[in-house]
Amino acid sequence: MSNAAAIRPGRPALPEWVRRLPEYLTIWVPLLLSAAHLVSFSLWTIWISFTPSTLIPVTGWVGLRNYTAVAASRNWQIAFDNLLLFGCAFVVLSAATGLILAILLDQRIRGENVLRSIFLYPLAVSFVVTGTVWSWLLNPGLGIQKLVHDLGWTSFRFDWLIDRDMAIWTIVIAAIWQSSGFAMALFLAGLRSVDADIIKAAQIDGAGPVRIYRRIILPSLWPITITVVVIQLQFAISTFDLVRALTNGGPGIATQLPALVVYDLMFQRSLLGRGAAAAVLMLLILLAVLLPYAAWRYLQRRRAAHA
Amino acid sequence: MAALSIRALSKRYANLEVLKDIALDIESGEFTVLVGPSGCGKSTLLNIVAGLDRPSAGTIEIGGRVVNDVAPKDRDIAMVFQSYALYPSMTVRQNITFGMECRHVPKTAQDAAVANVAKLLQIEPLLGRKPSQLSGGQRQRVAMGRALVRDPLLFLFDEPLSNLDAKLRVEMRMEIKRLHQRIGATIVYVTHDQIEAMTMATRIAVMHQGRVQQFADPDTVYRYPANLFVARFMGSPPMNTMPARLESDKDGLVAVIGAGRPDEVRLRLRDYDGAAPFVGRDVVVGIRPECIAEGSRAFSGEAPVLVEAPVDMVEPTGAETMVSLRLGGEPAMARISPDIRPAPGASASFALDTRRICLFDPETERLIA
Repeated sequence: MSNAAAIRPGRPALPEWVRRLPEYLTIWVPLLLSAAHLVSFSLWTIWISFTPSTLIPVTGWVGLRNYTAVAASRNWQIAFDNLLLFGCAFVVLSAATGLILAILLDQRIRGENVLRSIFLYPLAVSFVVTGTVWSWLLNPGLGIQKLVHDLGWTSFRFDWLIDRDMAIWTIVIAAIWQSSGFAMALFLAGLRSVDADIIKAAQIDGAGPVRIYRRIILPSLWPITITVVVIQLQFAISTFDLVRALTNGGPGIATQLPALVVYDLMFQRSLLGRGAAAAVLMLLILLAVLLPYAAWRYLQRRRAAHA
Repeated sequence: MAALSIRALSKRYANLEVLKDIALDIESGEFTVLVGPSGCGKSTLLNIVAGLDRPSAGTIEIGGRVVNDVAPKDRDIAMVFQSYALYPSMTVRQNITFGMECRHVPKTAQDAAVANVAKLLQIEPLLGRKPSQLSGGQRQRVAMGRALVRDPLLFLFDEPLSNLDAKLRVEMRMEIKRLHQRIGATIVYVTHDQIEAMTMATRIAVMHQGRVQQFADPDTVYRYPANLFVARFMGSPPMNTMPARLESDKDGLVAVIGAGRPDEVRLRLRDYDGAAPFVGRDVVVGIRPECIAEGSRAFSGEAPVLVEAPVDMVEPTGAETMVSLRLGGEPAMARISPDIRPAPGASASFALDTRRICLFDPETERLIA
């Protein structure tokens, strides 16, 4: 900086802070704004969750009463169970689907670019669109069931959307459709980054393709797998729009998820304090996923720095 | 018995011919080095021998068996890669046993083989580690262990030392040579480093532009390079090559560098009868730098040819002094005693050993005599 000023003798040197103004503006303004939004509103939500606020925020202290009320409500319990089921099923299945697609694409097939775009394309669609389209496809009177009936197989039943026990799986299906392409892209990059010489060495060692994948390539993918799982889990925990468009929590409250509970408490029942408590609970679930991941990343980087 | 026979082999990628009519016969127990500049096709040739790539034409025989259509694993070969290509998720022991695991070798035999190889390469303390916990030299050893444990007909080395630092490279070079002497394996070794080729090989195949330029033992390649490419590739610094005119007088043949100039250099040639047809024509004279020394040097007792030549630059290396000078106006390098430092810009006296001069045909670039 000072050198740059020194080699331009014609101009008087500007004060340091003026020359660095663009840097300050680009770094500090967005940082302060996002910090103000994220941190202050998070703190504010946490505070509200300890107050008896209903339609409007009020001061006062009710301790953990909002939390106990939310945790005891059937709505939240179903939402939490659903989140566990949906989170696990969605993360495992979308990672598995993505991995299988990536392995298939990795066989140096023709039209790889086209297929890759097709698999990635759902990611470009908004969740509301995905939810709406799948709500039509899964609607027994409109979608797949109707199609199969019209083809002549009239005893065919595919009515998970209106089945209390199975409805949550429709959300799993739609979410997998939306995001397995993303997992595929990450896995494909991982598969392609395996040193070609290692594959050659394994071929000379006499390993067939299955053994090469199982013993050599897949074990090298686990850092990517963790990244995929964490990103997908974050998405699963904060899922709102997809469910809202696909089932709206129904039938009844069978497909309720925490984000819907928060929305319901805050904006439909005007129970700000309880809604805030539910939101803080969601934040804690998210932290339970993200903190171990951050710790793992930190350890990885430290080990890499030592190696 | 020929361990490896390559006949009329060529390789084409679309319009690009990377290997042209390669023919090599490698005897059992030989250490053959394929050497050449990058892009000369040496690694492609090795990959074809390994079965990782297919030739466009020609045959490959390993141990007397045509293996063109045999899978790499069934060719009875082992390969060491430049990047070592260790399996990152496996321990050193698993890396070494992986091949045997694939061939369903019993566990007890596997353990015995690992113990054997680990002892030979002194990697016993490393067996439980992962490749990421090893240094470059250790990885190199493990990669060799993985090859050795197979006890194949043919070892293939693809630039195995180029990722090591200079000191370690020299150590491993000696170790590989010692290993070859001890186990008597047949080795085909690819490198771009002509010093590796000279020091390790029993025979060198010098490759350039997809062809084998010369296939001979190191001394022959060095002393009688088959053509100008080999002369200029082998040796560090390489052979000096200078245009000259071949004349003859009552005492025999004379090569004249810078003919007609006041500082022309006349080199009397004895026992160069093969060059007789070139009398009166242009030739290229090749002189190794070590055949040009300070004026007081006597080469094997014989009276050398003494030349006064202008000095361009002096590079002391400690063990010797490299001097760039001009012979009859042509640039040349000389290797003189370390304690002699001629002044750049001035003239100095040099002794030339004319018995080891090579003559090349300037048109075909081939060795005449």
